[in-house]
Amino acid sequence: MLSKKQLFTRGMLDISPHMLSVIPFGIICGAIGVELGFNPYLVYAMSFIIFGGASQIVFLQLLSGGGSSLIAVASVGIINSRHLLYGAVLSEYLEKLSFIKKLLISYIVVDQGFAESNKFFKKNRGEEYLHYHLIGTGCTLWVCWQFATLSGIILGSFVPEELGLKFAIPLTFIAIVVQDLKKLDHVIVMITCGLSSLLFFDAPFKSYIIISPVIALFVAALLLRLKK
Amino acid sequence: MTLTSIIFAGILTYLTRMTMIALISRDMLGDKIKAVLEYVPSAVFPAIIFPGIFINDYGTFIEINDPKIYGALVAIVVGYFSKNIIATISAGLISYWLLIFVIFN
Repeated sequence: MLSKKQLFTRGMLDISPHMLSVIPFGIICGAIGVELGFNPYLVYAMSFIIFGGASQIVFLQLLSGGGSSLIAVASVGIINSRHLLYGAVLSEYLEKLSFIKKLLISYIVVDQGFAESNKFFKKNRGEEYLHYHLIGTGCTLWVCWQFATLSGIILGSFVPEELGLKFAIPLTFIAIVVQDLKKLDHVIVMITCGLSSLLFFDAPFKSYIIISPVIALFVAALLLRLKK
Repeated sequence: MTLTSIIFAGILTYLTRMTMIALISRDMLGDKIKAVLEYVPSAVFPAIIFPGIFINDYGTFIEINDPKIYGALVAIVVGYFSKNIIATISAGLISYWLLIFVIFN
């Protein structure tokens, strides 16, 4: 049985390689906000209040293009609706926590943290303080995201744009799913999701980000039925 | 951009995170749904990966010889065999930089 501290540290260690993509992306995100002419305090407030990488950039871009704030807010909600799926997966492991703890831990659930903690949870179901792993990944991501966006806001885009560091984001997620390429059913689900995301890329409110997972999960359900 | 709009966006985002964790109990999800949920990472992350590779900053499709395609392929091969996140990301980035700064230049 691992202690709370050990689990927390393990979470920090498991998530730290992803900082290679999260930190440059945070810097870019902060710098874009200032470049688009927004109040630096508000640009930072997004990192604290919304705390969701891609959705923050979309929010800024929609508003700078003169879009209605209602549409910008709705788009953020739709882009982040994928967290509902993460929550559904995590709920199984967080069931024993008190309601207040569930409310607190929810704030730090993000893509990479969910992915790494979920991998850990699957292998270590018996641990009593499992959620400390999620706190470890989530807090690490939170702290790095705050510092990265802040430094982007203060120092501007000191990461040269020619490096194309935004490309590190798809790479980080490739690193997360690449081992599942061994399983044919997962490959089919991934390809379904990927192709749907390209097909529906122009759907309103960036809804491709939730439409394609829903389609892919339907395919997963069909595959499960075939397996039987 | 106003603080109000950020707060609304923040509340919506928080609700997406909190709803399933705090308001749903395990008994409400049947075994079939739980089996399907096993696929969540494979069903969600390609929606971030594919557009990140195949669609450029202006929202249009890239060309078939775009360096990102090769960078992603290298990352997949390195990731598959190394099982190492840093190696995967670095391999993808370095091969991408080699293509844009050395070979295609």
